[in-house]
Amino acid sequence: MTVHKHDIAHRLIDAAFHRKATTPLTDDHPDLDVETAYEVQNAVVQARVDGGAAIIGAKLGLTSAAKQKQMNVTEPLYGWLTDDMQLDTGETLVCSKYIQPRCEPEVAFLLAHDLEGPHVLAAHVIAATALVFPAIDILDSRFAGYKFTGPDVIADNSSCAGFVFGGQGIDPRGIDLRLIGCTFEKNGVLLATAAGAAVLGHPASAVAWMVRRMAERGQGLRAGQVVMAGALTEAVAVSPGDTVVARFDRLGTVELPCR
Amino acid sequence: MSVSLSSEQAQMFGDALYDARRTGIPIPAFTDDLPELGMEDGYAIQQHLVSRLLADGETICGYKLGLTSAPMQQLLGVDSPDFGPVFASTVYRDGAELPVDRFIAPRIEAEIAVILDRSLSGPHCTPANAYSATRGLAASLEIVDSRIKDWKIKLADTVADLASNGAIALSSLVVPIDDFDPRLVGMVFSKNGEVIASGAGAAALGDPLAAVAWLANTLAPMGITLPAGSVIMTGALHAMVPVAPGDVFRADFDRLGPITIRMASE
Repeated sequence: MTVHKHDIAHRLIDAAFHRKATTPLTDDHPDLDVETAYEVQNAVVQARVDGGAAIIGAKLGLTSAAKQKQMNVTEPLYGWLTDDMQLDTGETLVCSKYIQPRCEPEVAFLLAHDLEGPHVLAAHVIAATALVFPAIDILDSRFAGYKFTGPDVIADNSSCAGFVFGGQGIDPRGIDLRLIGCTFEKNGVLLATAAGAAVLGHPASAVAWMVRRMAERGQGLRAGQVVMAGALTEAVAVSPGDTVVARFDRLGTVELPCR
Repeated sequence: MSVSLSSEQAQMFGDALYDARRTGIPIPAFTDDLPELGMEDGYAIQQHLVSRLLADGETICGYKLGLTSAPMQQLLGVDSPDFGPVFASTVYRDGAELPVDRFIAPRIEAEIAVILDRSLSGPHCTPANAYSATRGLAASLEIVDSRIKDWKIKLADTVADLASNGAIALSSLVVPIDDFDPRLVGMVFSKNGEVIASGAGAAALGDPLAAVAWLANTLAPMGITLPAGSVIMTGALHAMVPVAPGDVFRADFDRLGPITIRMASE
């Protein structure tokens, strides 16, 4: 492998810092593979941590079969959330802080216990979870026009840029997250509907998949961390003046105004 | 919009659809030769077709709405849904095996069915009125089918063809709307055990109860009241899926439970 991980990590870090999109890494490094891409991701995340940010959780991407097919990959991917990405409930998204922000509705988990290891199942995820929340994931690809391959987006920390939770969390025990209905609207117009099964059949299964993959790389999740379990619908681009709203049966509503 | 067909033409086209239903041989779209045909023409043809089927002893047990999603409306260039009657002879129960030879080019979609407790009529029916008249919701599947060759339909064609209704399957569990929002009821659709789509109630006109109100208001000028007990198929919660012999389809609804049908092997 002739890829210089730190060089290409810096390309992504600079793109985020200057809010100027770059071209796919795989244009210059066609041999960039998934494992190397995760090493680049680690370097990108470490740069944020070195700059004073704290890791507060993780997110899944490409959790739908349709998206995986479109990206020519056979499994989802994940990235790390840092505290400089979080918006608190009711906060406004400032679009100028991003390159090309997009939003998507997700089920989010707040962990009560550590979650790690190669044998974690959906059941362990539910048992380790304090509360589940309605959430909006804010993506911001550092690649122009969201044009990338699987390894590109992994290296780019899975387009992680921000997230916000709704103000109502509930205990996941006793509800079937697979069947939870969701509507996603922008400026009062319904964009899409879905149910929890849109992410790998069950949001907790998606989280379990991620934890098992993390274990292969010596990583895991800690109590108090949050997990964004993957998009239930297509992402939508947002601009100043837009408001996106995700409503979930049983979980409640999350709203994100943009300026 | 106005009717451009003479009543003789409407009868002739209705007869052609009647024969296509009988023989299983699809016919060319009416709009191939008469592209100016619109929604009113479609309903004029539908009315004739329905009167012939009623004369054969069929009974109407409810209605289906079609074109309830923005993508379908855009595809056919309309900004409203359409409707057709549901005949009692085309209603199947949960777990039923459906004969494939009953259909020409079947496709399937999962829907929320609204069962009325009281009669409901327009023209000023609101979703709240619909709620008051509703006994409950039921998990349902609709087989849509086209008596028009290769589904090459425009608006007037599908309206004439009973809004492309083929058959429905209805859960026996009718769940009162009590402390939940029909718009947010989640649904997971699988074919032969594989999840292929999901959706929520809002996919049908934004609200299944708004769909019922729209139907009551649309039927009012025709002098039709929805009777108590009517089954209203409020519209697909996902893009329709092709059907092949031997396929098993299951829609699992939050709050309402599952419904499964099997297509017979040929």
